Amino acid sequence: MTLTAAFFAIIRRDLLLAFRRRAEMANPLFFFVLIVTLFPLAVGAQPQLLQTMAPGVIWVSALLAALLSLDSLFRSDFEDGSLEQMLLSPHSLSVLVLGKIIAHWLVTGLPLLLVAPLLALFLGLPEQAMGTLWLTLILATPLLSLIGAIGVALTVGLRRGGMILSLLVLPLYVPVLIFASNAVDRAASGLPVGAQLNILLAMLLAALVLVPLPTSAALKMSVN
Amino acid sequence: MENSQQTALVVKELSCSRDERLLFSGLNFTLMPGQVLLLEGSNGSGKTTLLRVLCGFRDADAGDISWCGDQIDESSYYADMAYVGHADGTKKELTVLENLRFALALNMPGHYSIQQALEKVQLAGYDDNSVQTLSAGQKRRLSLARLLITHNILWILDEPFTSLDRQGIELIETLMVAHVEQGGMVILTSHHDLTIPHMSLQRIHLDSLDS
Repeated sequence: MTLTAAFFAIIRRDLLLAFRRRAEMANPLFFFVLIVTLFPLAVGAQPQLLQTMAPGVIWVSALLAALLSLDSLFRSDFEDGSLEQMLLSPHSLSVLVLGKIIAHWLVTGLPLLLVAPLLALFLGLPEQAMGTLWLTLILATPLLSLIGAIGVALTVGLRRGGMILSLLVLPLYVPVLIFASNAVDRAASGLPVGAQLNILLAMLLAALVLVPLPTSAALKMSVN
Repeated sequence: MENSQQTALVVKELSCSRDERLLFSGLNFTLMPGQVLLLEGSNGSGKTTLLRVLCGFRDADAGDISWCGDQIDESSYYADMAYVGHADGTKKELTVLENLRFALALNMPGHYSIQQALEKVQLAGYDDNSVQTLSAGQKRRLSLARLLITHNILWILDEPFTSLDRQGIELIETLMVAHVEQGGMVILTSHHDLTIPHMSLQRIHLDSLDS
């Protein structure tokens, strides 16, 4: 079959798998909703404070939810030998890996995109910042999946890789967090956000090109 | 798939060690179409390691492996080989049919259609069963069905007879004979002695190699 067919086949398979394991897949989303809803309870009835904190709270929660979902990216493929079969495929592993990352984003990033505006409303984020929140989520959640993929690929061979994964990936997530929450923050005060969005877009495009290659190299190392 | 060079797997002076322990060294063999190579050796003698080196999963410490005269990375090796290891490489949540369709999408189509292959490995009628409902032997036969539906010349099989009953073993041996008669090659490790007649069988005993 052609490379394009293999690329779409892997996305299809991963979506199908996610659907069959939906309870497991919904975990990060629940986690996301849970953290955000716990904040008002802990902070108390201070709408003003919650409103100022909203961009930060939503983005930190989104980031932690993404981190929680990362392990599922290559773990089961590694354990049941599917990864070995992918390595032996005559097709480029980088393209297959990109397919897996896209499927991962569709399953874990896209739901965040749909729930986040509701939670933002719940925290009292000004309406003028909604559009920006959406834009930052559209640009930056795929970025979280992409950056995370390198970390997972490096740690998938380790029995207890969770801690190392967080240490590896979190520092790389920090720029995303800063620009994304800053953009929402500025939008809430009615300031222009073009620069932040452009930087996020640039990071996303760079990651799309640069991530698959080292990820597939790291997977080869992990299988060794 | 005929190249100017003859189709053959040539291994020269291969050596490999694990955790400072030499597994094998100075391993030489040539595998031609129509031949079967049986790797023997006690547990831990490096049979699986050798297969993983041949698959390119790990690098050998020394020596080289060539396919049709070229290094394996620079030839059509990966399109021409298929591997069934300890792990089945199937997804337990997916059905038999979905697993095979995916395997087909990753590789080039081979001699048999999915239905024909399922009949060959006696899994016809299990198309829509999810793999987790299959028995261990059925899972093994499913992973071997993958060899039939994809294009390949060289089969690398790590303990293909594990968890198969006598009928299953006979079945796999029949499939191997058919493959070899069509000009295929097989490398396998096994504790069972092969009962295949009229076949060009090479044996390598790994215990006797490390000196």
